[in-house]
Amino acid sequence: MRVEIRFAGFGGQGIIKSGIITAAAACLYAQKNAVQTQSYGPESRGGACKSEVVISEEEIDFPKVDVPDVLVVMSQHAYNEYADNVKENGTVILDPDMIPVEMALKNVKVFKVPATKIAEELGRKIVANIVMLGAFVALTNVLDKDALKEAILANVPKGTEELNIKAFEKGYEYGKSLSSA
Amino acid sequence: MSAKRSLLTGAHFLNGDFACAEGAIAAGCRFFAGYPITPATEIAEHLSERMPEFGGIYIQMEDEIASMAAIIGASYAGLKSMTATSGPGFSLMQENIGLAVMTETPCVVVDIMRGGPSTGQPTLPGQQDVMQAKWGSHGDYEIIALAPCSVQEMFSLTVEAFNLSEIYRVPVLLLGDEIVAHMYEKVVIPPPDKLRIVNRKKPHVPSKDYQPFMPEEDFVPPMATFGEGYRFHATGLTHDEHGYPKTQSSEVQTRLVRRLCDKIRKNVDKIVKVEEILTEDADVIVVSYGIVARSALSAVRKARAVGIKAGFLRPITLWPFPEKHVAKAAAQAKAIVVPEMNCGQLVREVERAAKNTPVAFLSKLGEDPHTPAEIFEAIRRGI
Amino acid sequence: MVQEIVAHPLSKYLREEMMPHIWCAGCGNGIVLNCFVHALDELKADLDKLVVVSGIGCIGRTAGYTNTASFHTTHGRSIAFATGVKLANPELDVVIVSGDGDLFAIGGNHFIHAARRNIGIKVICANNFNYGMTGGQLGPTTPLEALTTTSPYGNSEHPFNLVHLAAAAGASYVARWTTLHVRRLTQSIKRLMQKEGFCFIEVVSPCPEIFGRRNKMRSGLEMMGWFRKASVVENFSDPAKADITPDRIVVGEFVDIEKMSYEKLFHEKIAQINEKTMEKMS
Repeated sequence: MRVEIRFAGFGGQGIIKSGIITAAAACLYAQKNAVQTQSYGPESRGGACKSEVVISEEEIDFPKVDVPDVLVVMSQHAYNEYADNVKENGTVILDPDMIPVEMALKNVKVFKVPATKIAEELGRKIVANIVMLGAFVALTNVLDKDALKEAILANVPKGTEELNIKAFEKGYEYGKSLSSA
Repeated sequence: MSAKRSLLTGAHFLNGDFACAEGAIAAGCRFFAGYPITPATEIAEHLSERMPEFGGIYIQMEDEIASMAAIIGASYAGLKSMTATSGPGFSLMQENIGLAVMTETPCVVVDIMRGGPSTGQPTLPGQQDVMQAKWGSHGDYEIIALAPCSVQEMFSLTVEAFNLSEIYRVPVLLLGDEIVAHMYEKVVIPPPDKLRIVNRKKPHVPSKDYQPFMPEEDFVPPMATFGEGYRFHATGLTHDEHGYPKTQSSEVQTRLVRRLCDKIRKNVDKIVKVEEILTEDADVIVVSYGIVARSALSAVRKARAVGIKAGFLRPITLWPFPEKHVAKAAAQAKAIVVPEMNCGQLVREVERAAKNTPVAFLSKLGEDPHTPAEIFEAIRRGI
Repeated sequence: MVQEIVAHPLSKYLREEMMPHIWCAGCGNGIVLNCFVHALDELKADLDKLVVVSGIGCIGRTAGYTNTASFHTTHGRSIAFATGVKLANPELDVVIVSGDGDLFAIGGNHFIHAARRNIGIKVICANNFNYGMTGGQLGPTTPLEALTTTSPYGNSEHPFNLVHLAAAAGASYVARWTTLHVRRLTQSIKRLMQKEGFCFIEVVSPCPEIFGRRNKMRSGLEMMGWFRKASVVENFSDPAKADITPDRIVVGEFVDIEKMSYEKLFHEKIAQINEKTMEKMS
């Protein structure tokens, strides 16, 4: 089955990295096929940015995401742009502190994960994207927890592994609490 | 200096630019000259780190004109060499791509196509440099251009580009696009002993008998290296087999330019590569290359699933154009569909080869390639 | 009776099959080539390790005339090409002989960056104040008010002071001579060949047929007369004050400094990287 995931936010939040880690997890640690593509503006920091992942058991031909099954969104601008373009019965995971103004979304499951706040509590706002990845794994059945952890370890800077895994676990716990609620 | 750090092998999750850079190293490239430009910069960045590990050279030149000239110099000094750029830089390189053609310099030029003309859309894809790749420099010449459609091919076709450039002493172009360059996918890199690497023919006569532009049976002259005792001359002027300028001789001009074209034209069957799927009994054939080909294949499969006899033909070699393959497929098809991320470039070649079979062109510009649904619709209209 | 034909002592430096050369009577290019091969002879240079490169223009044919590995590039690109050669094989001596238009108009950007990097390329520029090969158009060194085919009312562009430019851009060795100063020029070329880093010699050279005749110097002799009258040897004077004027051509060596070449720095870096990798592996 083909699953399409869109990560969206602004440059500097680690959006592109989230996509790469997710796709690498599927590809190298979960025996699936995956492609990651991205779209970004001329700004290195602050501009709108999205990172898209297609995961499938079969070979992936069209590499882009059209209408995603899962949207992970971390900025108001990205929310306004993509929130109403999610598959029916799809999933939206958002950071409520980054998105003060929400609209009424129909036929999708919406989960609010205060990833930036959780990351700040861990001492580094920069790992908010990894918190989101933890929640993403907990709230969807797309990927195995261990595969994602391995991909995180392989893709974060040396010396930050512990912090990132902690962020991932926090996000995972938060996600689980939402899904069981 | 010997290789101290090992080649990358096995399964990796890489983007296209990285895969291309690793392909270059695996092919034996030890000289890179370039100038930063989106979306090809990552190739330069990666090679600036990797080249020194293999005793190779990375240099950032003052512009793309200089980059192209420098890789010609390095190739004559004996190193396999490469540059990488995108549209605006590719335009600047045309001058010395012509020099490389005229002086029969093995080298590889990577052009990661973005939206043009001019500065255009630096971070978005395009297939708008296809005709420039063939006709960009002045004068008559033939060149080789390859179009990868995956990160795996960004690796394997880079290796192939070096091999072809060494065999035919011609610049070989790798025409990627922003999507294959920045996309991450799994790449499986074979161990070095499983990789076919070709090196240029060297002269087998002493210096005094060496004629640097005297071709052998395959139309290609053996190539001496600067500093190995061969005191030969090479020039961008029309030259005889000794390499000496002959600017007034119609005969030498005819002989030289014909041979430069013939060494590609008469070896076309050895050079050209295509991928054909389900074309044997197809009523509608989609001819598609690069990133768009992936949507095309998806659309063809969708069509087959609903009983439409659709086929897929992907030119991996854009230049020389796989005319015979397209002509053969077209002869028994009712229609051909050509989706491209431009306003109609390779479709002209398809039309020429397809003769009486109608060709429908599907243009798309901007961020995304054609969706499979869009191509499927065109297939449906075609029958 | 059989007469013994004695070869010219310098003929081994030249490709006789390329003769006769294309240069006009009175042209200074032959003198530049002559001084170059004399310098090679005095240095007993290893011709198999020498690569002569040139761009487009009358003097650009020099690469074809010297019996070494040689390459005649596109217009203005000799330095960029030579950069590739020198970096790929630092053992080679890479010498560029080209003209003022080639090196400083269309190729000006390459010149300043090669000097800045201090790459070990040796550049000999014949400055004849105009584009001779295309029939005498104004160029980057054409003096103010000079008449050329594209400055029929007199040139309104300020010319480059080449030695000042080379010095400011970072060259390790900078000199200027005229074709009148054959002995000093030959010695200077020897110095240029032996020095590390980017080295530059400007040779003020007569072009009587194309430039001179429009500017009241109809013969090579008249142009040489101007050089004789106006030249002053001022070694290690300030190159900024060495503008060429009708009354004054300051010649001499301007810069001769020790500075690590780019290729040496780069190859040392490679050695360091390899050493570190070896340490890690052991």
